[in-house]
Amino acid sequence: MDDLRQKYLSAIAGAADEAALEEIRVAALGKKGEISLKMRELGRMSPEERKVMGPKLNALKDEINSALAARRAALADAALEERLAAEWLDVTLPGRPRPQGTVHPVSQVTEEIIAIFADMGFAVAEGPQVESDWYNFDALNIPPHHPARQEFDTFYMYRAEGDERPPHVLRTHTSPVQIRAMEAHGAPIRVIAPGRVYRSDYDQTHTPMFHQVEGLAIDRDISMANLKWVLEEFCRAFFEVDHVELRFRASHFPFTEPSAEVDLRCSWKGGQLKVGEGDDWMEILGSGMVHPKVLKAAGVDPGQWQGFAFGLGIDRLAMLKYGIPDLRAFFDSDLRWLRHYGFAALDVPTLHGGLSR
Amino acid sequence: MKFTLSWLKDHLDTEATVDEIAEALTDLGLEVEGIENPAERLSAFTICRVIEAKQHPNADRLRLCRVEAWVEGERQEVQVVCGAPNARTGLVGVFAPVGTHIPGTGVDLKPGVIRGEASNGMLCSEREMMLSDDHEGIIELPGDAPLGARFVDWLAEHDPARVDPVIEIAITPNRPDALGVRGIARDLAARGLGVLKPHEVKPVPGRFESPIRVQIDPALKEGGCPHFTGRLIRGVRNGPSPQWLQDRLKAIGLRPISALVDITNFFTYDLNRPLHVFDADKVKGNLRIHAAAGGEALVALDEKEYRMPEGVMVISDDSGVESIAGIMGGMPTGCTDETVNVFLESAWWDPIAIAKAGRALKINSDARYRFERGVDPAFTEPGLEAATAMVLELCGGEPSQVVADGAAPVEDRAYRLDTDRVVSLVGMEIPAEEQRRTLKALGFRLEGDMAHVPSWRPDVQGEADLVEEVARIASLTRLEGKPLARADAGVARPILTPMQRREGIARRTAAALGYNECVTYSFIDRESAALFGGGDDATMLENPISSEMSHMRPDLLPGLLQAAARNQARGFMDLALFEVGPAFTGGEPGEQYTEVAGLLVGHAAPRDPHGSRRPVDIYDAKADAEAVLAAIGAPARAMIRRGAPDWWHPGRSGQISLGPKNVLAVFGELHPRVLRALGVKGPAVAFTVYPERVPFPKAKGTTRPALELNDLQAVERDFAFVVDEDVEALTLVNAARGADKALIEWVRLFDEFTGEKARAQMGEGKKSLAITVRLQPREKTLTEKDIEAVSAKIIEKVAKATGGVLRG
Repeated sequence: MDDLRQKYLSAIAGAADEAALEEIRVAALGKKGEISLKMRELGRMSPEERKVMGPKLNALKDEINSALAARRAALADAALEERLAAEWLDVTLPGRPRPQGTVHPVSQVTEEIIAIFADMGFAVAEGPQVESDWYNFDALNIPPHHPARQEFDTFYMYRAEGDERPPHVLRTHTSPVQIRAMEAHGAPIRVIAPGRVYRSDYDQTHTPMFHQVEGLAIDRDISMANLKWVLEEFCRAFFEVDHVELRFRASHFPFTEPSAEVDLRCSWKGGQLKVGEGDDWMEILGSGMVHPKVLKAAGVDPGQWQGFAFGLGIDRLAMLKYGIPDLRAFFDSDLRWLRHYGFAALDVPTLHGGLSR
Repeated sequence: MKFTLSWLKDHLDTEATVDEIAEALTDLGLEVEGIENPAERLSAFTICRVIEAKQHPNADRLRLCRVEAWVEGERQEVQVVCGAPNARTGLVGVFAPVGTHIPGTGVDLKPGVIRGEASNGMLCSEREMMLSDDHEGIIELPGDAPLGARFVDWLAEHDPARVDPVIEIAITPNRPDALGVRGIARDLAARGLGVLKPHEVKPVPGRFESPIRVQIDPALKEGGCPHFTGRLIRGVRNGPSPQWLQDRLKAIGLRPISALVDITNFFTYDLNRPLHVFDADKVKGNLRIHAAAGGEALVALDEKEYRMPEGVMVISDDSGVESIAGIMGGMPTGCTDETVNVFLESAWWDPIAIAKAGRALKINSDARYRFERGVDPAFTEPGLEAATAMVLELCGGEPSQVVADGAAPVEDRAYRLDTDRVVSLVGMEIPAEEQRRTLKALGFRLEGDMAHVPSWRPDVQGEADLVEEVARIASLTRLEGKPLARADAGVARPILTPMQRREGIARRTAAALGYNECVTYSFIDRESAALFGGGDDATMLENPISSEMSHMRPDLLPGLLQAAARNQARGFMDLALFEVGPAFTGGEPGEQYTEVAGLLVGHAAPRDPHGSRRPVDIYDAKADAEAVLAAIGAPARAMIRRGAPDWWHPGRSGQISLGPKNVLAVFGELHPRVLRALGVKGPAVAFTVYPERVPFPKAKGTTRPALELNDLQAVERDFAFVVDEDVEALTLVNAARGADKALIEWVRLFDEFTGEKARAQMGEGKKSLAITVRLQPREKTLTEKDIEAVSAKIIEKVAKATGGVLRG
């Protein structure tokens, strides 16, 4: 019996393929197989003998069946392995191309600015880019013929013969949105107004179109000290540093009084800007307390309400934060520039996740 | 505005350094743009003595000097080769050691060997130190000049004008008073940087009656010229002005001309009091101030001839216009070195009239610049008196009595100083007494809490201006930030409008689809605008910066196409560009709308081993337009219609619309004519989406409709139809869907078979369209019979709508 078991188990282990296994199965368990024949002999045995031999033979049969199945699976696995090994592909070939789009730095930085001011309760206001001279100048306390008007390098719209109205202008700043927002919503109000502005100037550092964001906060008791805090918070958040230092310098804008130019403490080393440290001061924006005449022009009672306004250059902020050297390239749409300085579609700036990666 | 430190000290008694003054000026709102301090560039030059000068052995014109010099405080003997003819034994001069930057040559001094002899430094000329153009020889100082001392210190003591620091500041338009050195001194004194020196004007009694009289036309007395004063001074000696005056003028970049002219320039910068001098012998009769009739000619002092525009104020004598009032005098009556009788003018001109005239004539002069900003009206006659005294002092002569017309337009304005409001607006504690002191120091007269504005401050027009004065003198640098509380407590609320969100979503969707965002100019050239339905006069700029930027863009595509052409010129042929921005329908405020435009040029992918490269086509543009529309919430089932504007390919473009009128987007191939005009090599397809036209949801709800899932087996069946070639797929799909709206979940086109082979199989003018129809039963499983019934209905509907038959 043990010889029989040994013989078949070693034959199974040595079988090279499916056919050999089948031969072994027939030789052992087929109708005329050695074990089948032995089982047939059970009938001729005495009950005592049968009682001993029956279970033994059945166990042997089960064991051989199991061995056959195991060997068969092993052979199938080996065959699969062999086939797969032949199905080799060059995994270093490039994947199928997926186009990579980008978001322009002006759009990205605008969203960053909105995210910060939204947290301080500022909504986003908008206004037309072709603007009447009243909104662009008069309402902002820049009367006609005042020298301040000449300093804007204004683009004027063509006026047809016989149309005696003063020509419309391409807005020279986002400040007219102050007037429109206050007209629409009154006080109290907190808005920023980002957008395109236009000045007739084109050289190394100027383009005839650029982007500004206006800020306006009007309430009962808003002070210039509040303005300073808001701008400090903004700069800290925008430049993603722990600490910033701003310096206010007296200046003059017709639409604010008192007015201040705002400088940011920074250092320039090897073309790298570091904010909040160093001995340089960089002028970053103009600001002040909204002039009573401006409030009045927008229908807000200056006896009741006061507040601040400021204007920031968006393109300039983008250049400073991301180290972009040339303003003119912003509007040139050079694919290499768009790819290099652009932002991924899903890089939405948020305060909780961080403005930049 | 430029001035020198010593000039400032004429008006300000101060010990402050240049740096302290500069810092204070910038902080006061008089921003320092530059300081030119000769002391800085000359600090390395020291006084030396030539111990011995002898002939250079190898050069006739050079001398070999042994120099007693001080280098970093150490006395040394240095050998210097010098070419100056006056280099001689015993000369006391100026030495520059090796390493010194020589401002006159712009070179850093190096040790050298000249014709075989070592030379370790330089004996300097005035030109090398940029003190003058003198290069005749090296500087010779008196023998008792202290050897080893800094040359600048010696200069400061003996010839201070040569090392007088020049400060240049930017003047904001509201501060005409700071266009005179005295005004600047007053600000600094108010800040506490010194004491303003008194400035007294003593009237000079006239000795005779002026033969030239003056008269202002009544019409102008009301407006343009309320006050004109003048007087004759006879028997003057004109000629070069004294050195100190020439030095001053040169230091601020003015050319000294003659004493009389230099005096007028001095008053312009010293006291912001522009004056004019006529050569009285060239004036015929009396002077009349009147509005020009128009067309009168005058050669002005800049030697250019001007034609007077109508209404510009002029000063005429019997022979005609002699001076453009408040802007520039005329050559014919100008003073020369030969002038002996001079008529001195001091007048007050209306700022707006001068601004208009200056613009009309395109003359920028110091006088115009000041009068249009506002000159002190109370100082017209005192200015004349002070100038008379200076003429008498420098040129001699005998003054007439003053002739004048009109009166100084001085109004006494007063505003309430609310010291609490100052604190509330600025947010800085400034004691009330300090506020009052500040205003007084600036020349305000306080009566109780009413502050009377000094005549030289036309900009102060209300209480807010008082606040500004107090704040800037107190120094905004001291201001400390104070938190601005949130308007609403708690979690910040969303602030974007639905349209603002939509714009952002459209932008990021386009970027996610692989487009690169561009920001192109809002103005383009007329021809490109015209290709896209614009370019009319209403959208034209009056003063464009160039013909490339003359019209507001009617559409974003021309700008993107120009960008594509530029990129193609750089060798980038496959492009996906987009822009989100304004397009302009007219020239009135508000005639603009937001557009999202995408442009695909070239191939959809680069060449690769998978054969991904294929030319872009309209179905790319359509899919992207639909993706953007879906992202911003457009309804899924919009109409696709033809009839896009004529910059699109007429047969290969479509409009996605809601109803017949509301076009949400256009897509297609651009017209070849447009591509040629803009220099873009095709293929080029594009889309434009109009996000404002997509209906906004009426109410915001967050609940989604319940999800309906069906467990019954769905069945899909394919149908291929033979139809005429011009049948549109959507007609067929819609017909099939209409066969049983309850049962049919969707219908999809999966094949289009056209072209030669199709015609060969199915006949001329025919094509095949194949669709899959998905049936989703809701109540019971479909039997073969149910399916047959629906199929028959589909075939019937399709046949009715398109004339198509089932393909055999």
